[in-house]
Amino acid sequence: MSIDRSDIEKLGELARIHISDENALASAQRINEVLALVDQLQAVDTANVEPLANPLGARQRLRLDEVSETNRRDAFQATAPATEDGLYLVPKVIE
Amino acid sequence: MHNLTLTELSAGLGAGEFSSVEVTEHFLARIKRLDGTYNSFITITEEQALAQAAMADQQRAAGSVPALCGVPIAHKDIFCTDGVRTSCGSKMLDNFVPPYNATVVENFAAAGVVVLGKTNMDEFAMGSSNETSYYGPVKNPWQTDCVPGGSSGGSAAAVAARLTPAATATDTGGSIRQPAALCGITGLKPTYGRVSRWGMIAFASSLDQGGPMARTAEDLALMLNEMASFDSKDSTSLEREVPDYRANLNRDVSGMTIGVPEEYFGEGLNPATEQAVRDALAELEKQGAKLKAISLPHSHLSVPAYYVIAPAEASANLSRFDGSRYGYRCENPADLRDMYMRSRSEGFGDEVKRRILIGAYCLSAGYYDAYYNKAMQVRRLIKDDFVSAFKDVDMIAGPTCPNPAFEFGAKSDDPVAMYLEDIYTIATNLAGLPGMSLPCGLVEGKPVGLQLIGNYFDEGRMLNVAHRYQQASDWHSRCAPGID
Repeated sequence: MSIDRSDIEKLGELARIHISDENALASAQRINEVLALVDQLQAVDTANVEPLANPLGARQRLRLDEVSETNRRDAFQATAPATEDGLYLVPKVIE
Repeated sequence: MHNLTLTELSAGLGAGEFSSVEVTEHFLARIKRLDGTYNSFITITEEQALAQAAMADQQRAAGSVPALCGVPIAHKDIFCTDGVRTSCGSKMLDNFVPPYNATVVENFAAAGVVVLGKTNMDEFAMGSSNETSYYGPVKNPWQTDCVPGGSSGGSAAAVAARLTPAATATDTGGSIRQPAALCGITGLKPTYGRVSRWGMIAFASSLDQGGPMARTAEDLALMLNEMASFDSKDSTSLEREVPDYRANLNRDVSGMTIGVPEEYFGEGLNPATEQAVRDALAELEKQGAKLKAISLPHSHLSVPAYYVIAPAEASANLSRFDGSRYGYRCENPADLRDMYMRSRSEGFGDEVKRRILIGAYCLSAGYYDAYYNKAMQVRRLIKDDFVSAFKDVDMIAGPTCPNPAFEFGAKSDDPVAMYLEDIYTIATNLAGLPGMSLPCGLVEGKPVGLQLIGNYFDEGRMLNVAHRYQQASDWHSRCAPGID
């Protein structure tokens, strides 16, 4: 499978990454080289093979539903681009 | 002093031959004098290091302390450090000062270890040459027109140039073992889950694993003793006791069976690298280990499976970098969408963007089964190869990389050629197995590595084999030319 210029623009939209006009073709070509490598997978018979997500086959560990962290809002917001009154500021979303 | 190993520095501190402040000042001076050439550090934490060293000296004077108390190391700039900028090699996090420590950082701090600074790396650990760092490439101390490998190229070069006795690193597809091989040092990627990922900036969460780099296997054992832990804050952390990795270093290797996979000696392997690896295997055989030819028939599928799984996980993990809560935000965003688009486009480098786009493609509607699910099925086949091999052998050995270090720019325009440099290391990440690299020769004046792959949780035995090899060889103590 390979992707063309319109695919790469759609992917850019999905991933929120701007693809400039001058880079679109080169990006698509590089990605197609990688997809060609990846396409070797298609030749493998994987009927009845269970997908492996965690390499050790481990299950997610659960914990009791109780408060385990202290409130460190000020420390975390100190690294934010913009905050006000304990809130993160972003451009206006609703008119 | 910089020629002493971590173990020797620890012993020297214990015997009162020198103080931690003296050791720390020595390495800081060396970094300042030499790192202009190598670019292995992004941040030097001089003031903090000297304060930690003074504290370690006090603790040592007051009584019994952990073995590494007062010994300096460096952290890869992927581990969050409270109050110290943690960039992950990216413009996106150039201004990011975490308000907390990674568990790995905490573990070393609790042992009284001094931190010299944060080492350079490929952006978000995506690369095999350290050329994708926002802070510029790291130079290989053996030949400064060559790459140090990646993504932990800064940690590897800093150890090789004797700027630090040891460093932390991470390995998602070979990022500890490949730079260790290319820089002539020793590095270990533990079993998945052995070292906490908490506070370690995520690339591909089902593959990422932290581990140590140093000059010798003995030093790695000391490092891993502190680095490994069960951590309730990491949902995939192993709930197993951490053994003393130094306990069995000297055990005899005779009677051990070492599997030699035929797929790791095929087309694409540099003949001189092969010879160095075969010589190393012969040394282990001389010590009584039995070599056994084995097959890992799905090996050739590890790079393709990896380049679906790793980008897919990366595209999800890196969605958090959107300019809202931390990291880079573009100037004067017109609206929320513009803020996301421009912050990400301006904050990420080309290779990171490429992998995010590939990941988005593999996960997008209509392609999930053909790519992501398929890759996870192949991942099981790759793991099963190892599981069945380990029924007959105690350990697997082969080359770490097909070639010695290449020149800057040689592969940076050809992602697929770059990806294939990791052909022997990626499978262990997919399977979650421990792997290590140790120096076993020089090719064209550049180091090459012997890779050991252990069974799950068998780091102790790998360190044992590596240590026995290093008792009979001197490749690990060779120094890059021009380094005094």
